[in-house]
Amino acid sequence: MSSEIQNKKQILVIGGGIAGTEASVRLSGLGYQITLVEQSDKLGGKLNQWDRLFPEQKPAKELQQILVKGLNTNIKPLLNTTVCDIQKNNGKFKATLSDGQTIVSDAVLLSTGYDLFDARKKEEYGYGIYDNVITSADLEKIFREGRELKTAAGKTPKRIGIIHCVGSRDEKAGNTYCSQVCCITAVKQAIEIKEILPQTEVFCFYMDLRMFGRHFEDIYKKAQVNHNIQFIRGRLSEAFENSDGTVLLKAEDTLLNKPLKMNVDMVVLMVGMMPSKTAAHVSSMLKTNNGTDGFIAQPQGHYRLSCTNTPGVFSAGACTGPKTIEATLNDARSAALEVAEYLKSTNALLN
Amino acid sequence: MAIDFGYNIHRDRQIDYDSLSRDLLEKVQKAEPSIKACISCGTCAATCSAAQFTDFSLRKLILLTRRGYTKDMNNMVHKCMLCGKCQIICPMGVNTRNLVLTLQHFTDTI
Repeated sequence: MSSEIQNKKQILVIGGGIAGTEASVRLSGLGYQITLVEQSDKLGGKLNQWDRLFPEQKPAKELQQILVKGLNTNIKPLLNTTVCDIQKNNGKFKATLSDGQTIVSDAVLLSTGYDLFDARKKEEYGYGIYDNVITSADLEKIFREGRELKTAAGKTPKRIGIIHCVGSRDEKAGNTYCSQVCCITAVKQAIEIKEILPQTEVFCFYMDLRMFGRHFEDIYKKAQVNHNIQFIRGRLSEAFENSDGTVLLKAEDTLLNKPLKMNVDMVVLMVGMMPSKTAAHVSSMLKTNNGTDGFIAQPQGHYRLSCTNTPGVFSAGACTGPKTIEATLNDARSAALEVAEYLKSTNALLN
Repeated sequence: MAIDFGYNIHRDRQIDYDSLSRDLLEKVQKAEPSIKACISCGTCAATCSAAQFTDFSLRKLILLTRRGYTKDMNNMVHKCMLCGKCQIICPMGVNTRNLVLTLQHFTDTI
């Protein structure tokens, strides 16, 4: 009897990135019917924008393939689709999708992810204005497409500056939090630059190096010892474009207690994570609260991280704040169990 | 005779990275590669006997070398008494005594 009801239970998963895809696969394994709504034309989310992943530099493509391998007949993925309207009524959620169809579900999982910080907002760094200032995402794209790393004028860069904390830990940018992944991404990308251009000097400008994850500290040491990447503690104050297209960087060398200037051929900005704009629309319709950081709130704290303030609405992945891929996958599995527990408890009420 | 107006002109104390040379750093990195592992934590300077009475700091010595302040480095490097406490305490395993001797070796001949 109960398994029959379980089989009929419908879950709407909004966002087909890492968290949404993984949670769908896990929930389908528990016998539920999933509708997985994804706004782009491919599952995997931001994974499709990266080349190789820290800490082991495994191809992002590989993980994307592993994720979608779990898809089965209990999951209905709807690509190029968004949620136009969603209302809760008598414990059921009625959603109208952009393709016109209506989906009724017993629970909703928000896995709407994050947006990358728009580096143009840090105008003093010159992104979108200077020719040789790119973001970490731009660099991944170059790697992914197998293009050569060149300056705008087509020269091989002899010196590259990597800027940490762009749009993170920055009250003026409106983001007080640490985006977690940028420090290790900076070190990963610095090593990848050195691997293809060993003669190029690479400098990382950082406030703190937050090497919290497993292997991260080892990668940092490898960057210094094996690749001679230089780390300068000081936040970039301004970047200026010289007439030859090179960029003058100004920071304080806070360990030497002196201001520092340096010309580089290319600048890579480590852009942080922002609350997703598309999530704001959906979560307001579902009346879920946000934290002061703009990410979806987790009112029940440590033990029930996947619960939002609206019963039946759950969260997974970076929609509740910056996360690594490993943390996102764990969060997605944890959310799947939370949703299943909730649906079982509503079953008990029915019985 | 110069008139004393009661003020001076200060030299720019900004680190002009491009005008400094890293030749010494390259030589030292080859002779004592463990210098690359330094993370500027300052444990060495905290335990240093010489640092209690002078401005000597191995952390700073390494930074001066990394930026290219060879003269400033050389002015400082002789304050080390080679007691080796820093080597015992360094979390990154920098061979500090040999590093100091290497820095002295390369700069004393300049």
